[in-house]
Amino acid sequence: MNHEQPQDNLRESATFDRTTMAEIRRAAETGIYDIRGFGAKRKLPHFDDLLFLGASMSRYPLEGYREACETKVILGTRFAKKPIIIDTPVTIAGMSFGALSANAKEALGRGATAAGTSTTTGDGGMTPEERGQSSKLVYQYLPSRYGMNPDDLRKADAIEIVLGQGAKPGGGGMLLGQKITDRVAGMRTLPKGVDQRSACRHPDWTGPDDLAIKILELREITDWQIPIYIKVGATRTYYDVKLAVKAGADVVVVDGMQGGTAATQEVFIEHVGIPTLAAIPQAVQALQDMGMHRKVQLIVSGGIRNGADVAKCMALGADAVAIGTAALIALGCNHPKYDAEFRQLGSAAGFYDDYHEGKDPTGISTQDPELAKRLDPVEGGRRLANYLRVLTLEAQTLARACGKSNLNNLEPEDLVALTVESAAMAKVPLAGTNWIPGQGY
Amino acid sequence: MPSMNLSKNSVRELNQLLHDQAGELTEPEWDIYESGGQHNVACGLNQQLNVNIHDHVGYFCAGMNQHANITVHGNAGPGVAENMMSGLVRIKGDASSAAGATAHGGLLVIEGNTGARCGISLKGSDIVVQGNVGHMSCFMAQAGTLVVCGDAGEALGDSLYETVIFVKGEVKSLGADCVEKPVRPEHISQLKNLLNRAGVDEDPSAFKRYGSARELYNFKIDNAY
Repeated sequence: MNHEQPQDNLRESATFDRTTMAEIRRAAETGIYDIRGFGAKRKLPHFDDLLFLGASMSRYPLEGYREACETKVILGTRFAKKPIIIDTPVTIAGMSFGALSANAKEALGRGATAAGTSTTTGDGGMTPEERGQSSKLVYQYLPSRYGMNPDDLRKADAIEIVLGQGAKPGGGGMLLGQKITDRVAGMRTLPKGVDQRSACRHPDWTGPDDLAIKILELREITDWQIPIYIKVGATRTYYDVKLAVKAGADVVVVDGMQGGTAATQEVFIEHVGIPTLAAIPQAVQALQDMGMHRKVQLIVSGGIRNGADVAKCMALGADAVAIGTAALIALGCNHPKYDAEFRQLGSAAGFYDDYHEGKDPTGISTQDPELAKRLDPVEGGRRLANYLRVLTLEAQTLARACGKSNLNNLEPEDLVALTVESAAMAKVPLAGTNWIPGQGY
Repeated sequence: MPSMNLSKNSVRELNQLLHDQAGELTEPEWDIYESGGQHNVACGLNQQLNVNIHDHVGYFCAGMNQHANITVHGNAGPGVAENMMSGLVRIKGDASSAAGATAHGGLLVIEGNTGARCGISLKGSDIVVQGNVGHMSCFMAQAGTLVVCGDAGEALGDSLYETVIFVKGEVKSLGADCVEKPVRPEHISQLKNLLNRAGVDEDPSAFKRYGSARELYNFKIDNAY
C-alpha cells in the first residue's frame, strides 16, 4: 500500500483513507469479503508500550550473562502424571498441516526440539513428519476433529482443547479449496478442492459443564498421563479463564487479537477480540482469585516478537508464551529474497498475507510441492532454534537487569507503562507516576 | 468372565483394566453393572473386547472406540461412541444428543430414539437408529451413513458434505444444502447390507435418500443471504 503524501495541498480523509477506499472498491468489484492470513495489522496497545525498571539503588541486579537465570518451565502440574518440561518459556503455537506445508511443520518440530521446547499440531491432525521431529508435541483437539484419532492422542505429550483463537474468537478455521490437495483431503475426510470451513463450536459438548466431562473423557482415554490445555481467544478473558480452570484444565492458553491465522475474513481479524496486553492481567486475576496462579499454568500468545515481549508477558504473570507468526518469519515467511515473486502476486515482501491462496513463494503456507521444496526443514529448524535462543537470551538479560534469577520471578512491579491506555490495560503505573488508571489516584 | 460393579469400583479402575487388554488380550468378555449414568464408561478401548453394560450410561460412553463390541442395556447420554474408529456399539434404549459425533468408522446401532445432532461431523462411521433422530442431525457430516427408521427433526443434514442419509419416516425440514436424492438399486443394496449388519428388520425400499447438493462447497455470492 502506497501512503506517500502526494502533494502538500491535498488532504487525505482520516475516515476514508486510501486503504479504506481500496477495500470499498475491491468489495464492489468482487462481491466477497476480503479473506487473508497473518494477524491484526491495525496499531494496538502492545508490549512496546511497557518498559522495565532495571535495578539501581533499591534493587540488586545480576550479571547480564554469567550469573544463572533459570528459564525452565513445567507445564501441566495439576493433574497429569507426565507434565511437560521445557527449557525455555517460548513454545510454538498450533498451526495446521494444510495451512502450512509438511516441510514447514517439520521445521517447526526440528527448531522447537533443538531449543528444548514444545510445538503444537493444528486443524488437520498430526503428521508423521511433525511427530517424528518434535520431542514434545501438543495435539490440538479442535471443533472440526479433522484427523482426530486415539492413536495419535496417545502419542501426544499434551492435549490442547481449542475453543478459540485470537485472530478470530468465535470463528472456525478456513482452508480454501486451492490448498485441499489429496493428502490434505485424506487427512480431513473431505472432497478435494472443497472450501473447508471448519466448525466454530465443538460437536459433542455445549458449555463449561459439558467441557468438564469432555476433559475427563480425554484423561480416561490417555490414562491421566498427559496434561490437558484449554486455548481461548482473548475476549471475556477473566470469565473464560475461570471457567477453564473450573472445567479441569492443567494449562490455560490465552491468544490475543494480534495472534495470526492462515485464513479468515479481514473484518474478523481486525474487529474481534482484545489485545494481548489487555488479556494477560485479566487471566492472571482470574487465576489469583481462584488461588490457582502458578498451579494452573498460563501460556500467552498473540504478537510476541522478541525477548522483551517474552519477559513482559512473564512479568505480568504468564508462565510461558507461544509464538506462531514470529516462528514462521524465522523460517523465512515474507523474506525479501522473494520480493519479485511477492510482487507478481500483487503483494511485496513484508506485506504478504494471502496464505489462503497457496502460492507462498517461501514454501511455508502452501501445498504446492514445487514451492514447498524451497523450504529446507533442516535449515528452517536451525533458523527457528537460533531465534528461540535469542528470545530466551534477551528475556534473561532483562530479568537479570531486574535482579531476577528466574524468568518466573519477573513481576508487575518491574514494569511501567508509556501510555494511559497501556497502563490501564496492563494494570501497571504510568511511567514516572504511581497512577494505574482505574485503580484510583 | 470379569465383571465390575460401578457402584463399588470407579470408572477409572474399569477403564484402566479395559485399556490394559490392548497389550495382551486375556479377558475378552466383560460385564458391567450399576453404571448409574456415570460418564466416560468404556471409552478409549483398543482391543476386540465384548463389553456388556447392564445399566444406563452418561456422557461419552464408548468414546473413540477401536475394535471393541460394546452393548449398553439401557440408555446413553450425550456423545455416545463419539469419534469411534472401528468396532460395534449398540444402545438398547435411547441415546441423547451428538450420538456418534465425528465417528470415523465402525457401526453404531441405537434401538431407541436419539436427541439432537446425531452423527454431527460424521467422518465415515455408519449409524442406524431404529427410532427417531432430533434436530440438526448430520450437521456438517463428511462421510459415512445415517439410517433413520423413524422420523428426523428439523434441519436434517445442514451444511452436509458427503455423508448419505436414509430416512423411512417424516423429515421435519432439511438443512442448508441438504436435498432428497433418487434411490437407485445400488442404494437399496447398500442400505440392505447396512440394515443386516445392524440386525434391523426393515424394508430398504421404504426409505428416502438425502445428500449434499454441493452448492456450498465453494463460495458463491448468491448463497450469502
